[in-house]
Amino acid sequence: MQEILQYLFSGITNGAIYAVIAIGFSMLYNSTELINFAHGEFVMLGSLCMVTFFGTLHLPLIPAMMLTITCVAVTGLVFERLAIRSVKHPEPIVLIIITVGASIFLRGIGMILWGKDAYSIPAFSSHPPLDIAGAKLLSQSIWIIVIFLVTAVGLQLFYKKTLTGKAMKANAISKRAAWIVGIPSKLMVMMAFGLSTAMGGLAGVIIAPITMSSYDMGTMLGLKGFCAAMLGGLGSLWGALIGGFLLGILEAFGVGFVSSGLKDATAFLLLLLILYVRPGGIISSADANRF
Amino acid sequence: MLITPIKNKHQNKTLKQIMNHQTRDRICYAIFLLLIILTGYFIKNPYYLQVLTFIGINTLLALGLNMLMGYAGQISLGHAAFYGIGAYGTAILTVHYNLSPWLALPAAIAAAMIVAYIVGIPTLKLSGYYLGMGTLGFGMIINILFREWRSVTGGASGFIGIPTLELGMISFSSGRNYFYLVWGFVLTSFIVCQRIIDSRIGRALRAIHDGEKAASAVGVDTKKLKLQVFVLSAAFSALAGFLYAHLVLFISPGTFSFIASIRMVTMVVIGGMASIWGSLLGASLLTLLPEWLHAFSEFEMVVYGLILMIVMIFLPRGLTRGLLDIYERANKKNDH
Repeated sequence: MQEILQYLFSGITNGAIYAVIAIGFSMLYNSTELINFAHGEFVMLGSLCMVTFFGTLHLPLIPAMMLTITCVAVTGLVFERLAIRSVKHPEPIVLIIITVGASIFLRGIGMILWGKDAYSIPAFSSHPPLDIAGAKLLSQSIWIIVIFLVTAVGLQLFYKKTLTGKAMKANAISKRAAWIVGIPSKLMVMMAFGLSTAMGGLAGVIIAPITMSSYDMGTMLGLKGFCAAMLGGLGSLWGALIGGFLLGILEAFGVGFVSSGLKDATAFLLLLLILYVRPGGIISSADANRF
Repeated sequence: MLITPIKNKHQNKTLKQIMNHQTRDRICYAIFLLLIILTGYFIKNPYYLQVLTFIGINTLLALGLNMLMGYAGQISLGHAAFYGIGAYGTAILTVHYNLSPWLALPAAIAAAMIVAYIVGIPTLKLSGYYLGMGTLGFGMIINILFREWRSVTGGASGFIGIPTLELGMISFSSGRNYFYLVWGFVLTSFIVCQRIIDSRIGRALRAIHDGEKAASAVGVDTKKLKLQVFVLSAAFSALAGFLYAHLVLFISPGTFSFIASIRMVTMVVIGGMASIWGSLLGASLLTLLPEWLHAFSEFEMVVYGLILMIVMIFLPRGLTRGLLDIYERANKKNDH
């Protein structure tokens, strides 16, 4: 019982991180039908910026977070302006290779700026771990879950209550129709890019204290976040949340009860399963097609 | 009465065109063969020979994937799995079971083809990004299998002790013999692929590429054909894996990772989709590029990523097609 609870805690912690990454994927896919293979690299950038601002420069927590997320989002906007908007015929294969090229580029930048070492930073606060029925919940896990909840509620409010959020949603549903009613489509795409990469940066920020951050950490995180987005249903916010937590929890139990070697395989086995059985994702409507 | 001669004339013309097409191809392949022989004969530097051999192996990879991506229009982001199955297949059979490599070759290729067949049935139902993701997941799982099944594959530290190839008196341990062996396979594969492309199947594949629904409406069995070309491209990748394993004599899971799959896709796209010679160009560039980029040391990855992005932004149809387009546009301007 105690063990199960412990696995559940670590699953929820990882799940929250996967969910934040998956939200970034979904958001971008929604407004641009683009899968950003460089998304994991934005997580890496977030994590390493946090190492610099919080770990090395000892800025207070909130300013360090804000600064990190701004840096990552600006990088994302520059990437959109230079690499994505210049493409004349946006076919999936061309975009896949461009984003893969960007991911190699960003990894290279990360290597130049931070070297090949792996860094770790202290947890956001030094409370002792909570003891719940014998299982330990680390304070950083609580931070992660709280930040995740604030983000999820914030996004929900943004999409439901603000005019900009509504405009973005309209643009995602139909660019043409949104354009007819006067929504600047280009600006909306840019905002989607900024928000999506900011989510990547946020994931990097909250993961930094519980992992070793290095220039090559992004690929696997990106792919797993992608699996999570796919699991829940690509393009859906709630799908990304459910997919992220499902993946995190199943992975934790897979490690606990089967083998630690299987950890990385879980995500991809789930991905294949969902693609074969229900390609629209768990919460999609029944008529979701396979493109 | 009037129509018949016209029809005949028309038929003759196409027949003549076909003849021309075939003779031209034959001349091309004869020149290619001559070039291979001369290169192998005149290049003495073992390092150059080895780089050229690697280009040959990568050409086989690109060619197989090009049949799938360029001609049939089906993307795969997990092809390194078949490359790995070829390499690990021959390693396991020759080391653990003391089988002759020449028997291990068909066995490894058959293994890759069977896996491709089984995986292809559900996966090829998908399309676009979803197909890319399905193949990506498959490639990752096979790669994790290589890494975690330690008793058989040697795990992350790799598989050592793969024997060199021998055929009677000829040993393929030296650079030149291996060069000829690899490029012999490349030439044969080129001819096989050219024959397939020029056949009814090749036309059907291009029809699938241009529009799957339209192709199936005119009676192409798209499901069966996609599966067949997937299995064929897996076979080419496994052949390349076999040649890689017996050249390097040591394999580890890193060689067959997600990055390797992406590199294969890049070779095809940079070289030029739906072009046999484009595969050769793409494989040559992507093999030589890291060698050249060593000069940039720390900036190697940055430059590599930049080149990929720039080529794709400005020449989205690959170098062969892209350069031809520029040439044709320049010609048109001159005409006006």
